[in-house]
Amino acid sequence: MTSLKDMDWKPMALVPLLALAALPAVGSPSTWLTLTVAGLAMGMIVFIIASGLTLVFGLMDVLNFGHGVFIALGAFVATTVLASMGQYTTADSLWLNLLALLPAMLVAMAVAGALGLVFERFIIRPVYGMHLKQILITMGGMIIGEEMIKVIWGPEQIPLPLPEALRGAVLLGDAAVEKYRLVAVLVGAAVFAAMVWTLNRTKVGLLIRAGVQDREMVESLGYRIRRLFVGVFVAGSALAGLGGVMWGLYQQTVIPQMGAQVNVLIFIVIIIGGLGSTLGALIGALLVGLMANYTGFLVPKVALFSNIALMVAILLWRPQGVYPVTSR
Amino acid sequence: MSEALLKLEGVHTHIGAYHILHGVDLVVPQGQLTMLLGRNGAGKTTTLRTIMGLWHASQGRITLAGQDITARQTPDIATSGVAYVPESMGIFSDLSVRENMLLAARGARTLDDIDTTRLEWIFGLFPAMKKFWNHPAGKLSGGQKQMLAVSRAIVEPRQLLLIDEPSKGLAPAIIQNMIEAFRQLKAAQTTILLVEQNFNFARQLGDSVAVMDDGRVVHSGSMAELAADESLQSRLLGLSLGAHQ
Repeated sequence: MTSLKDMDWKPMALVPLLALAALPAVGSPSTWLTLTVAGLAMGMIVFIIASGLTLVFGLMDVLNFGHGVFIALGAFVATTVLASMGQYTTADSLWLNLLALLPAMLVAMAVAGALGLVFERFIIRPVYGMHLKQILITMGGMIIGEEMIKVIWGPEQIPLPLPEALRGAVLLGDAAVEKYRLVAVLVGAAVFAAMVWTLNRTKVGLLIRAGVQDREMVESLGYRIRRLFVGVFVAGSALAGLGGVMWGLYQQTVIPQMGAQVNVLIFIVIIIGGLGSTLGALIGALLVGLMANYTGFLVPKVALFSNIALMVAILLWRPQGVYPVTSR
Repeated sequence: MSEALLKLEGVHTHIGAYHILHGVDLVVPQGQLTMLLGRNGAGKTTTLRTIMGLWHASQGRITLAGQDITARQTPDIATSGVAYVPESMGIFSDLSVRENMLLAARGARTLDDIDTTRLEWIFGLFPAMKKFWNHPAGKLSGGQKQMLAVSRAIVEPRQLLLIDEPSKGLAPAIIQNMIEAFRQLKAAQTTILLVEQNFNFARQLGDSVAVMDDGRVVHSGSMAELAADESLQSRLLGLSLGAHQ
């Protein structure tokens, strides 16, 4: 693990710098705080989704443009689970709400992870090392996945209301901060902490970090990188499923195309972060979340463009992303 | 002569459209250090990579301790007891020295599982490893990285070490340190196949030698014989012994 002394702090400083730079533009501190928490929440959800994708690319050089299908699937599975537990989600008790939300998240992760296993076996594995085919076949896989979702849940958007206790806002001074956004920040932070712990404190984590740098050497040491990759792919798909639930609750509706919509953001995030870097994905996601919320408030017409502009600016500064993975 | 641990018989290797190895025959005796010499592009690195399964032989047979490993995958060959140090060293630069070593010790889940006597022996061979134990491997000097690469290969006992140009780009003092380390490995009866361009390095360490040219082994025998025969060196390697004394 990189020691604190050796840590490159500059990219991390970008997040508070962006937030501080937005303060005079937004004007009102309470509005700024609301936007900042919203941006951090959005960033954390995008991080949950993007973290698996960046490791999949880093480990096996696989461009998976079908990652969005796991997001949509997770969200739709959650609608079914939560609908069947209506008495818990409508109860005015946080614990009863969590009793519905946690199984919804776990089932969504399990289903998305299982689909990930099938996706890797039949869609990714035949096109290892062939980038163009990977792009085409994974996009095709996502289209098929979306159509399957329409077959099962219908083509219309489905409401995904927040559980009762997570609705509304808390007041921080004059600023109203939605409760769910705080929950999203906490869940994202917990996922990040779990990933950091796994990557730095377990042998599997070491293997993933080593494999991202030099997979041939990992094989030469006697480890089967393909098995590791399948594991990471399934875990990444499950995290995308979790992210889908979080995103669906954030938007409070789900549509079959939601994965494709989030796909653009995810790729911006992992390119900004440095392909294969978990910490980079976190920084990229937070920057994208904050930028989307500030520009959405200040100049809504350039909200998507602003994230692309952010990516271009970062790449001009660091062409391999903020935390480039060495020896790739 | 010792029993052969590794044997290559008529090995051909193609990389894409290119035919690189043209029927390599090579024997690596148990407990000896065999030098694989030859000019650039002779096929030495390809031979090591083919043994390791990183490129597969299109024809011929490779046996390790009598077992056919020709078609085996790299992780299977590694778990059969072969350690490989590539020319690029293959250091995981974002990981610390400690983490690099822990990964190389396949049987260890944590550092506590690594044989401490063996670790101390490695620290004795390469004191820099102990000094920079918690440092990122990417921050080590070229010589220290090479020491780490070799340390990784020997962190657990292996049947065979395949080492590609360990002296490349190193300062003379570091090369001498490396020679000393290989002498100790030899004394421990480790079987080593070592690719080298530096004949002075090779001459000090090799028990046996194979010289490659154009994808074939064109000479094999004892290192002492080659070291004593200037005309043979000149013919095989284009060397003059005087230049290396």
